[in-house]
Amino acid sequence: MVSIDVQGASVDFPIFDAKNRSLKKSVLGRAGGRITDAKVPVVEALRDIDLSLRSGDRVGLVGHNGAGKSTLLRLLAGIYEPTRGRARIRGRVAPVFDLAVGMDPEISGLENILIRGLFLGMTRKEMERRVDEIAEFTELGDYLSMPLRTYSTGMRVRLALGVVTSIDPEILILDEGIGAVDAAFLEKARDRLRDLVSRSGMLVFASHSDEFLVELCDTAIWMDTGEIKEQGSLREVVSHYKGRDLFETLSPETLKRIGADAPSEARP
Amino acid sequence: MAVPALARPGADDPSDDSGDDAAGPDLHGASPRSWKRAFGDIRQAIAQRELWGHLGWQDIKQRYRRSTIGPLWITISMAVTAAAMGGLYSQLFGQPIGTFMPYVTVGFMIWYFISACVLEGTETFIANEGLIRFLPAPLMIYVFRTVWRQVLFFAHNVVVYVIVLVIFFGQLDQPYRMVAKVPGTLDTPGILHPGLSWWALLAVPAFVLIVANGLWVTLLFGIIATRFRDIPPVINSFIQLFFTMTPIIWTPDLLRGGEPGSTRAIVEQLAKLNPFYHFIEIFRAPLVGQEQSWTHWAVVGVITVVGWALALIALRNYRSRVAYWV
Repeated sequence: MVSIDVQGASVDFPIFDAKNRSLKKSVLGRAGGRITDAKVPVVEALRDIDLSLRSGDRVGLVGHNGAGKSTLLRLLAGIYEPTRGRARIRGRVAPVFDLAVGMDPEISGLENILIRGLFLGMTRKEMERRVDEIAEFTELGDYLSMPLRTYSTGMRVRLALGVVTSIDPEILILDEGIGAVDAAFLEKARDRLRDLVSRSGMLVFASHSDEFLVELCDTAIWMDTGEIKEQGSLREVVSHYKGRDLFETLSPETLKRIGADAPSEARP
Repeated sequence: MAVPALARPGADDPSDDSGDDAAGPDLHGASPRSWKRAFGDIRQAIAQRELWGHLGWQDIKQRYRRSTIGPLWITISMAVTAAAMGGLYSQLFGQPIGTFMPYVTVGFMIWYFISACVLEGTETFIANEGLIRFLPAPLMIYVFRTVWRQVLFFAHNVVVYVIVLVIFFGQLDQPYRMVAKVPGTLDTPGILHPGLSWWALLAVPAFVLIVANGLWVTLLFGIIATRFRDIPPVINSFIQLFFTMTPIIWTPDLLRGGEPGSTRAIVEQLAKLNPFYHFIEIFRAPLVGQEQSWTHWAVVGVITVVGWALALIALRNYRSRVAYWV
């Protein structure tokens, strides 16, 4: 059973190298979490998060920069364990965060595929079986034997998406970086991601792009200063967040496509 | 359509520590500070040995990428060090080169391993910051990766020992003294070592013990150094001191025979307070056919147990904090 249960979870970062003096005023701005006034300043990146996700859920995360989207994603991926409260994650997690990190620029794409796969719990044999498929999906061809530093951002996104979607993860966690790929590849990736989620998967996706959100998600969470401000259907939440109807800016083709895929959503 | 419910009540009792983590992914149920999670971390890391095995190799290949003979440089640099140090110090201390050269070679081999475990151990989580913050994986993966890399370096250096052994086998396979006779006197300083025998095989369990210690050192120092960034530079300067204090390019035989109460006898006793001395000794003595005392094994045994106990406590209490600290 794939599930994520988070109860009253908070994530506090101690900032050891911050100059206390400059942070003395406990700042509460629009960007970033609360910063407390203690001996070691603490950034309260997430506060009292309650969340329960089940298989088949496709959740979009919206919110300002520094609202806690990425931190929440890392909490859900099991990278951060909550400082208070509980987070229980069941299922194989595959996260795709900032695409420059976590990959070794000096080694080839193929080796990066292997290492990624091993990190996500695959064996070497399983990955070797998938390499052809990933090569085909990413359309990187001979480039796969080149060092990763020669790749463009879009190519890295292709690689990362190729790996995570090929290994049948149960919980897929995507940060906003995937916007760097071209339209044609996006089309392909979208079909694959949808396919993946429909096979007993779960998707949590942080994005600022309306197109991406309606293509991939059906519900949404609005994060604000480390707290969940609103949670509900995608259209409602994003419309409240943006202050206008989510669907009014979408192209007719997109509307038609999601209308065909998810009628209940297009006509609420 | 399914709206994710807000905190379904009764999904899990917060005190439920028993959980059902069948081999891996679900390690995120129990309280962050529990023995179960700590051992779960170790167990999962062992299961993912293909991962750290590959990463360790990668580290070595990475260092010698685009060099023609690649990791062979490890062996060559070791050989050059052994030849230079062995040659020089055998003359400085008036010691027969045939027995001193193997002694220095083995000493360096194991010292490199130990000091690298300490030095790179403190950096293990700091160096893997990117991976720790972006991929969920057991902490022990990085510990194993660091120590495995040292084991691979060590394996390259074993070649040098084999070469030295072939060259000097004639001098080693019979009883010998490390220190040459003092000319013009009847003094025969130093003790008579038995020479190489099947006891050399003791080096295998000795190395296993040393690796076990390398693991706890990496884990414990790694966690402490991630939190307190002053630790790596401190360790760095102390390791230099320990190199000089440890019998690697000098032999404890030179300290022997002091009158009780004399400075020499006191220094000999002080040298035994250095833990590195015992680690070096259990590995080196069998390989160069020297007499050795079981005290060294006892000291190493105690350090292994105490060290692992401390490291496990650190793993239990601070495992989940490392991602916040890096």
